Amino acid sequence: MEQIITEPVTPGKIVTEQTQPGKIVTDPAAPPAPKPKRPEVVIRIKHASVRFNMAGEMVDNLKEYFVKLVKRELRFKEFYALKDINLVIQKGESWALIGPNGAGKSTLLKLICGILTPYRGTVEVKGDIAPLIELGAGFDPNLTAKENIFINGAVLGHSRKFMKEQYEKIVEFAELQDFMELPIKNYSSGMRARLGFSVATVVDPDILIVDEVLAVGDAAFQAKCRKRIKELLSRGTTLLFVSHAKAPVMELCQHAVWLDHGEIKKLGAPKHVYWAYEHQHLKRQPKPEPITTQRGENDGTDTDHQRSDTGL
Amino acid sequence: MKQYWKLTKERIKKFFRYWDLLVLLVQRDIKMKYRRSFLGYLWSILTPLLSMAVMAIVFTKMFKRSITNYPLYLICGNILFSFMRESSTQAMYSVIGNAALLKKTYVPKYIFTLSKVTSCMVNFVLSLGALLIVMIATHQPFQWMNLMIVVPIFELYVFCIGLGLLLAAATVFFRDIKNIWSVITLAWMYLSPIFYSLESFIESKENDVITVSTLGLCIRRFNPMYMYIQQFRYFIMQYHIEMVEVPWSVLMWRGAVCAVLMLIIGTVTFNATKNKFILYI
Repeated sequence: MEQIITEPVTPGKIVTEQTQPGKIVTDPAAPPAPKPKRPEVVIRIKHASVRFNMAGEMVDNLKEYFVKLVKRELRFKEFYALKDINLVIQKGESWALIGPNGAGKSTLLKLICGILTPYRGTVEVKGDIAPLIELGAGFDPNLTAKENIFINGAVLGHSRKFMKEQYEKIVEFAELQDFMELPIKNYSSGMRARLGFSVATVVDPDILIVDEVLAVGDAAFQAKCRKRIKELLSRGTTLLFVSHAKAPVMELCQHAVWLDHGEIKKLGAPKHVYWAYEHQHLKRQPKPEPITTQRGENDGTDTDHQRSDTGL
Repeated sequence: MKQYWKLTKERIKKFFRYWDLLVLLVQRDIKMKYRRSFLGYLWSILTPLLSMAVMAIVFTKMFKRSITNYPLYLICGNILFSFMRESSTQAMYSVIGNAALLKKTYVPKYIFTLSKVTSCMVNFVLSLGALLIVMIATHQPFQWMNLMIVVPIFELYVFCIGLGLLLAAATVFFRDIKNIWSVITLAWMYLSPIFYSLESFIESKENDVITVSTLGLCIRRFNPMYMYIQQFRYFIMQYHIEMVEVPWSVLMWRGAVCAVLMLIIGTVTFNATKNKFILYI
């Protein structure tokens, strides 16, 4: 397990140093990671299926409901967003969910968060979840950033006392000290993302769920976020990560799941899963070792492309 | 059975975990309600006073008869009924209005409904200031008994939570309930003795035997709002007419039964459907 952790972290360090050379020195090093003696299962999904009703048109009012009831037009078309998913995730692991749009990645995350309940099968989750599914979803546009920090913290289950203690830390991490009295509606999406990330990671959550959100902030903040996630990982947080960009997945994750049409296609180390995924979806001739750094080094022609790829 | 207890214990624990969220949401609602208004919280007192004034002017000639201190009679019924109407309407939007949040994170959904009803309750308590003003202006003597109003208020609060949960759940599936509900509350208002009294339903009065028409009987028997409003009026202005109004002690337990029943209906409906909300919001 130790081996796997160190592997993806090393290429990442290069990136952070490139984008933010000063930060690494100033930030205190993460405390030594308490390594669990025996792997502890935090998420156990057994034969889980999620079913949606995909009626031709959604009936959401009484009038239509009765009209259709009388006309016998109340049809229910089943649609399985997830089919018989089996997944066991242990404490401290970092998993990437990859797959095309509509493959069921977000559905799986919602299942783990407890937003959705499985139609069949069971989902067991141990510990606190900090979801970053769309940062700042809980923000009220009319309230100031400060008020929103407290509400968002409460949504995540933190007490007010705790949030008061952590407030300074949150603002500092978001680097938004001057905008705290501004209503959120005047915030840009990037600023909102900063705030959301800061609130969600203020404590070490047992499970951190990051869904395609790091793409909003600027490069420097993205690097900061990745650094924070790595810190959390080293302290035993379990990470579930969804991204369409390959570089951060390679950097942060030890495991990957490839979902397609609600089914797990492949499960394993990110590079193997990506290899299979790219092989099928991008209809590209896959290279035997499709890691970007290698390609860049070998060709020399591809460097520009590679840089933008890792800079994500 | 053991499993049931475990579940209940877990639920209670969860409720306390989100207690701060409830408090913050209530604070937010109250803050937002009067943000950027010149008179601010004063509106909570002014609105019932003004509506009472309008009703008093319109209805004084029509229903005066035996009601002494008609303005006070009006405002008692009015603030209680508007609390019910406000809280149920607000609660109706509590789940669909927070769709963005509920789709993204796990939060117990009833927290939003509860917070709406509670913020309306806070607003109602503020509007008691209007009641106080009317009591002083009309020289209504204060008594220790006035404090008993907490009983009908609490009963109504529980009743409204139940009603709110029921409506919040129903609105997720049937959006047009909000249109229907405004009509229902209108009908409910006319069927509650807010600006008239049950005295108007007296059909005959022979040798101390008073007969009340069927509609009057129905209101007296089945309208929960009557139970709360009449109790409230009794404690504030000792309004009671023998043989017409139900004595307060009877109303107190009837009101409690009604409130608990509504709470059970609301909770059961909400609980049974809450896992499907996500598919409709």
